[in-house]
Amino acid sequence: LVFTEEDKYGLYSNLLFKYFLAEGVVCGHDLFVASAKEHPDHILKELPAPLLDDTYRNELGEEATAVKSEDFQDSMKIAWRYQNLPKMEASPTTSTKFGHYYDVSKTMSPELFQSVKWHSFYLHEELSLQPKMKICNMNSAYARLLQSIQRIIYQEGFDGSDPQKKQKNILRIGIQSLGSVLWGDDICSSDTPEDINSLTKFLYVLRGLLRKSLSACIITVPAHLIQNKAIMERVTNLSDMVVGLESFIGSERETNPLYKDYHGLVHVHQIPRLNSLICDVSDTKDLAFRLKRKLFTIERLHLPPDLSDTVSRASKQDLAESAKLLSSGCGAMAIGKKHLDF
Amino acid sequence: VLFAPFLQSCLLCNIMFYSLEGVNLTAAKERGQLVFLEGLKSCLDLLFGEEEEQSGQPSPLQFISESASNLKALFDFVRTSLTPAGSDSWKGPVLLVDDLSVLLSLGITPVAVLDFIHYCRVAVCSQLKGNIVVLVHSNEDSEDEENELVVNSLCHHSDLILWAEGLATGFCKDVHGQIKIIRRVSLELTAEQDHVQIYQYKIQDKNVTFFARGLSAAVL
Repeated sequence: LVFTEEDKYGLYSNLLFKYFLAEGVVCGHDLFVASAKEHPDHILKELPAPLLDDTYRNELGEEATAVKSEDFQDSMKIAWRYQNLPKMEASPTTSTKFGHYYDVSKTMSPELFQSVKWHSFYLHEELSLQPKMKICNMNSAYARLLQSIQRIIYQEGFDGSDPQKKQKNILRIGIQSLGSVLWGDDICSSDTPEDINSLTKFLYVLRGLLRKSLSACIITVPAHLIQNKAIMERVTNLSDMVVGLESFIGSERETNPLYKDYHGLVHVHQIPRLNSLICDVSDTKDLAFRLKRKLFTIERLHLPPDLSDTVSRASKQDLAESAKLLSSGCGAMAIGKKHLDF
Repeated sequence: VLFAPFLQSCLLCNIMFYSLEGVNLTAAKERGQLVFLEGLKSCLDLLFGEEEEQSGQPSPLQFISESASNLKALFDFVRTSLTPAGSDSWKGPVLLVDDLSVLLSLGITPVAVLDFIHYCRVAVCSQLKGNIVVLVHSNEDSEDEENELVVNSLCHHSDLILWAEGLATGFCKDVHGQIKIIRRVSLELTAEQDHVQIYQYKIQDKNVTFFARGLSAAVL
């Protein structure tokens, strides 16, 4: 259960959502798309087209060669300790291929789409149906959605209930903007919502459905609108993976020279820990994303060294505060509180 | 032993325990030593199950469909599972609850949760001479007041608290966190301090290694 906190204007989380669905199409999985905002047909028409291997490798190859030509093997004099560290790879190496890459500027061709079975749930079309489930106090929209998901899982045999179905497939569920006002939930619009637990109950039952069947789910939620932080904590405990996207649009970070190459930050709040005691923790926790003309990439936040003398002290403090948690290898950065000046 | 994993499925727990040096839960279950209450599965059965297959007993997770915060059915299930039948020879029943915080997410009031635990203590610890192990989540600067209320209350009533947290200095690859073991010397208001031990740990694929603070293998 992948839980995504939307960025303020929903641009990037939508992109991530579409990527998830597109990957499903390319892998031949079945899809289930639920939304209260846009009709799922529209969402599905706008999935990005997959990039063929060759084109992507070429693009990546060009970037890599550009970087290498600037690289000179001078031995470092002051920061000699860093010399032994491997050169930071900002983007994933082509040797480890996991999943597919997509071209954001093109939409997926309808032929590719035909081969995949998909189901949709558009809230406004489903309003007429009465939910049969007897969950008390749950928002009826959520109840209907759960019922719909359960019905599909059962009918299509994702939960193994039909032993005759030979080919097992995975159901990819995407739910957009859950918790927003459009679903009839008021946790985003008021400080003291009528029923705090609707969303968490929904997630609990959804988790049960996912565990019982061969499915994976991505949910996007406008978390910045939820006033009650306790809900977010509970939701984090109920999900397997929680990722937050923070875009720089409209915030003061847009003009911050630290972040000029990027369009936003990725906060990983929780990593899945299924089937084992440990999880796969990457080396660095600071990830940023950027949307180039064709590609949406998530990279390590790689800061240039802080070389300028003209930066005023106030802004240096801000930079230092925000960069407090960065891992080593970022170059010479003055980190410290006011009384610890170098 | 009654293991009530609310958040994970039976299969996953099995796998995790098995990887811990071969503790085999399925075998234990067959021997009658272990009873699983799989929260997720019971919840689904309750909500999506057919009408006719309701046996006489109400589902332990009845509270999800009822409006009141009523954990009585859950408690009855606990009690009947742990009360030894005539021929059993297992000693010392244990109730393991994986994640009490989930009950709060499902709409139960904190008072009801605490009452439930209290009833369980009476039944399991006093009457059946057993133990209860409960897991709760908590954050330092948590804004979830209900959760904090439950956690604080449990801390006051517990004999032994295992408090696992990340390092104060941030993320580290070799030391995943530290665990504080607090043994209550006495639950009355005497001058004796609680006995506190702090260890740090690193989680590996098949087990967890504990060591004293600062003595991680990476440092020595």
